[in-house]
Amino acid sequence: MSIDADTAARVAKLARIAVPQEDLPKLADELNGIIAFMEQLNEVDVDGVEPMTSVTPQRLKRRVDVVTDGDQQEAVLANAPDAREGFFAVPKVVE
Amino acid sequence: MSDLNKLGIAEARDALRKGDVTSIELTEACLGAIEDAGALNAFVHNTPEIARDQAAAADTRIKAGNAPDMCGIPLGIKDLFCTKGVPSQAASRILEGFKPEYESTITQQLWDAGSVMLGKLNMDEFAMGSSNETSVYGDVVNPWRRGNDDAPLTPGGSSGGSASAVAADLCLAATGTDTGGSIRQPAAFVGITGLKPTYGRCSRWGVVAFASSLDQAGPMTKSVRDAAIMLGAMAGHDAKDSTSAELAVPDFEAALTGDIRGKKIGIPKEYRMDGMPAEIERLWADGTAMLKDAGAEIVDISLPHTKYALPAYYVVAPAEASSNLARYDGVRFGHRAKLGQGDGITEMYEKTRAEGFGPEVQRRVMIGTYVLSAGFYDAYYNRARKVRSLIKKDFEDAFSQGIDALLTPATPSAAFGLGEMADADPVQMYLNDVFTVTVNLAGLPGIAVPAGLDKQGLPLGLQLIGRPWDEGDLLNTAYALEQAAGFVAKPTKWW
Repeated sequence: MSIDADTAARVAKLARIAVPQEDLPKLADELNGIIAFMEQLNEVDVDGVEPMTSVTPQRLKRRVDVVTDGDQQEAVLANAPDAREGFFAVPKVVE
Repeated sequence: MSDLNKLGIAEARDALRKGDVTSIELTEACLGAIEDAGALNAFVHNTPEIARDQAAAADTRIKAGNAPDMCGIPLGIKDLFCTKGVPSQAASRILEGFKPEYESTITQQLWDAGSVMLGKLNMDEFAMGSSNETSVYGDVVNPWRRGNDDAPLTPGGSSGGSASAVAADLCLAATGTDTGGSIRQPAAFVGITGLKPTYGRCSRWGVVAFASSLDQAGPMTKSVRDAAIMLGAMAGHDAKDSTSAELAVPDFEAALTGDIRGKKIGIPKEYRMDGMPAEIERLWADGTAMLKDAGAEIVDISLPHTKYALPAYYVVAPAEASSNLARYDGVRFGHRAKLGQGDGITEMYEKTRAEGFGPEVQRRVMIGTYVLSAGFYDAYYNRARKVRSLIKKDFEDAFSQGIDALLTPATPSAAFGLGEMADADPVQMYLNDVFTVTVNLAGLPGIAVPAGLDKQGLPLGLQLIGRPWDEGDLLNTAYALEQAAGFVAKPTKWW
């Protein structure tokens, strides 16, 4: 599997990272190097092997569905780059 | 007492209890040492006011009697831990200015035990790196040098600031985190002890996430005994981390008898890599002989899937990172890019993340995005998770044969020069983790113990790998190895 500049651009878009057009070929090269390293995994016979989800076999614990926390608007917004009137503020989303 | 910053946890604890020294004195000695060590770039946010307040409180508590072991001990905290009101940036530009409104469970437990926070320690950005060269704060410098050569060396990574600070006696011990070797590799590069506990032993709550199924915090200390003491204060079940184990925390220090007679130590043949430096080979053979002399039985074993650990790791870790790092969107915390006329929310995300993440983090997020994308999920991500199951089974097979611990080198080389890998392929840097990454994939405890010097005078470490949840037994084997190796060398102060 080889990654070209177009694929690199698509991955960058999916990852929401702006990559200038002129940097795409170099990025594609780097990603190809890493992907080639991963291709070694194709040598392994994984037939009938369960993919690991959790390193310690465990069932995630359930808890009672009740409110345990809250009323922390100020703390929640304290680190926001832009917060107004008790909300996070972002550029206009809906036209 | 002079040079109080050079003490370890156990010695300081005993001196504090006897009244020979106060926490204030220990803390001032460390603050002075930090002041003098700007050249190492290990501490990046100093918290002397917090330290002095905590030290005074610790002294009161010690006087009253019955203070915990960690009471009054000055520590450095890796920047990955969220500490309330203190910058916690994961060494990334994207978290510039972030001051958490909460405290991580591990640091809270340390403060509850009376420990003292000296400040935050440098690291690789989001713990992604093996040389501490990806940090927004700049490189950390290893206090060790090659003989009289003043070329700056890496302390390893990602817990490079923790390693450098402990080795240079800027603090008595430090917290680290380990996703693929980030405690053990730097510990080996600077001649200290570094323990990665069993996955689930320490809470991950409030520790900035890199790869959630692999991340585990642990102590970086001047001795095995110190690691046992500090782990006791860091470990324990936490309702806020659903993967934290509901197991009692044993007295790890009490396990240190030094008696390993009859223990079975496995030597995995797959760790004998092509092109492994003769010095590493010799160190490993010496360590094997030491454990044998201490009465352990040496058993040659096989972990057949070892070769596939690194490629599996470099699928699983970036995949998890790409999901975890999706939260850095310029909305809730940290950096937001300046937007142009007409820029919408997508441009805000894309510009913020391009400016906020360094090149290695961007690369890993994109690799992770790629292996999780439609059409590749099975070929890469699911295959890697299956290989991970096989790697874990290799260890289970060894333990079911009666193996108590495995002995391996900690790193494939001694510390290398800062900048030496700048032109290398990213994969070359990843090879640093070749001996440590299997342990994270299998969720096992592993410890790096300093065991010798190479011909250039740089420290080399050995790694012991233990059964899950049996850190006490692992620490005891490490203690026996430490006693036999008798590593006492310290870097000559040049900074």
